Amino acid sequence: MKKTFPKQPRRGNTHEVQLTPHKRSAVWGDHSKPKARCGAKRIKEALAQTLMWLSMAVVVGMVVSVIWTIFSHGWKAMSWEMVSSLPGGGFYIGKEGGFLNAIMGSVYIVGGSTVLGLLISVPVVFYLNIYLKPGSKLAYVARMAFDVLFGVPSIVYGAFAFTIMIFFGLRTSLLGGIIVITLLIIPIFIRTMDEATREFPRDILDATYSLGATRWETLKVVLRQIAPGIATATLLSVGRAIGDAAAVMFTAGYTDSIPTSLSQPAATLPLAVFFQLSSPIPEVQDRAYAAALVLTVIVLLLSITGRLISNKFSKNKV
Amino acid sequence: MQKSRIIKDKTAGATMLTLTILSIVFVVVMFVGLYLKSVPVLEGKSMWSLLSSSEWKPLKGEFGFLPFIAGTLWVTFIAILLALPVSLFTAFYLTEYARPAVRRFVFPALDILAALPSVVYGIWGTLVIVPLISDKVAPHFVEYSSGYTVLAAGIVLGVMILPLLVSLFIEVFGMVPQDLREASLALGATRWQTTRKVVVRKTLPGILASTVLAVSRAMGETIAVLMVCGCVMAIPKSPLDSGYPIPALIANNYGEMLSMPLYESALMFAALILFIVVFIFNLLSRIILYRMEKTS
Repeated sequence: MKKTFPKQPRRGNTHEVQLTPHKRSAVWGDHSKPKARCGAKRIKEALAQTLMWLSMAVVVGMVVSVIWTIFSHGWKAMSWEMVSSLPGGGFYIGKEGGFLNAIMGSVYIVGGSTVLGLLISVPVVFYLNIYLKPGSKLAYVARMAFDVLFGVPSIVYGAFAFTIMIFFGLRTSLLGGIIVITLLIIPIFIRTMDEATREFPRDILDATYSLGATRWETLKVVLRQIAPGIATATLLSVGRAIGDAAAVMFTAGYTDSIPTSLSQPAATLPLAVFFQLSSPIPEVQDRAYAAALVLTVIVLLLSITGRLISNKFSKNKV
Repeated sequence: MQKSRIIKDKTAGATMLTLTILSIVFVVVMFVGLYLKSVPVLEGKSMWSLLSSSEWKPLKGEFGFLPFIAGTLWVTFIAILLALPVSLFTAFYLTEYARPAVRRFVFPALDILAALPSVVYGIWGTLVIVPLISDKVAPHFVEYSSGYTVLAAGIVLGVMILPLLVSLFIEVFGMVPQDLREASLALGATRWQTTRKVVVRKTLPGILASTVLAVSRAMGETIAVLMVCGCVMAIPKSPLDSGYPIPALIANNYGEMLSMPLYESALMFAALILFIVVFIFNLLSRIILYRMEKTS
């Protein structure tokens, strides 16, 4: 640090000003330093800011581009029939029908896995934060494990679940889809809720203990406090669950009907998009865009709701 | 009465402990499961010959993963190359300059980018990026390109990992104490000088760890890449060649693999490679990030 110190242009360096009075800049007034250096630092600042604005323009531009592409292509093929009827006889050559099968399949899988995911991850988060002491080794390892699981690609989940299903002699089914999506979203649930719970004020815990509550009984208090966190986590997980294609491709399969039991295969929206898009017939491709539009609208709604909840939450935070 | 409450407390604790431990064990089970499945293909050939050969003939029992590894590396490299500067500068602005109005605009945009499903990005890639490359970019360099190239996959992937990178960077930059910034500003440094010489210097390990995390995320992305990469089994020589990354290989062949045990084994080996790389990358970068969080 010492070496670079003299190089730093400093304001009010009278010594320097005395030595080089001719360098006083009219632009910067009396208290200026050598002109060239001062200019360079300001030019760099301006350049950096321009780059930042450009980057943010890229981010916003990409969002607009993606949404616009989906809406402009999906809107043309969109109709009530698409979202309200099952694929008809000639659906895959462009005849009548819709993709209600995929919508319902997605709803079943997402609903089932979200409920299962909540049942598993709420106790884990509670255990990590309330039962274990801060700084516990087990909590560290567990958090690390969930971070790793969070990073594992969904295709690996799918491949793994597929081998397990073969091992047990199961076919692609709604149940398989629900299980693999549950495994996929548990790390998201836990990481998001864990973040919300970590900020939980210890005073409140101490207050419940001093009233004689056991750790288990504090759950009532903790749950109420982290409810917005749970809501945000749920929305995030639902968003991820509904958009995932790679894992359900292996496990839930695809079908033209709405599954009536857990052992039947189920279609999902992302797969409906993917399969219909690979068709050479333009009408079928248009339906892929319509299905993508449905998917995008759902995800946008989830994302906006999530933002609203977290905004409201941060307003009331102690 | 008192006793039953304590028992309840203990049972609940034990149940939750089991759930927690099961989740940790799950990581191990996943590794073991994938490994056991890939044993048959590993018995036939050495690990090295599998990874370095580019012969892929499932019917003859030849499984060379080099084209797929090369495809994954190309796509990931392009994605990071494009996403890193954009996300760094976005994060700089959001943490160091921070005008609330801008934040209100950019954060929801990042939210949406993070939430959009892979298949939507795939459609966007085929409708926007692929024609752009085949009509506008490729003619300057090569005679013909379908547009379904590793460049297209890299661009789509780059956009997909943007929100992850920005949120990681914002978290990392937030660990720098405000005092340090103020000290630098008080010495007459501009905001940019402060950002470069204080914030970046202080968080360099964190920036690196975040990038590694994003790399591991990019490597596993399947459907979007599958839709735009072209899926040609050859080592890409330039960004304008088609590629065939590992996740696309697994997704494309899951139906056929059942007919041949060795084929299935080879695909599970591909999944195992992905798992191991992602595991190591995640572990290393998380350890770095945890350490930083502790010291700050």
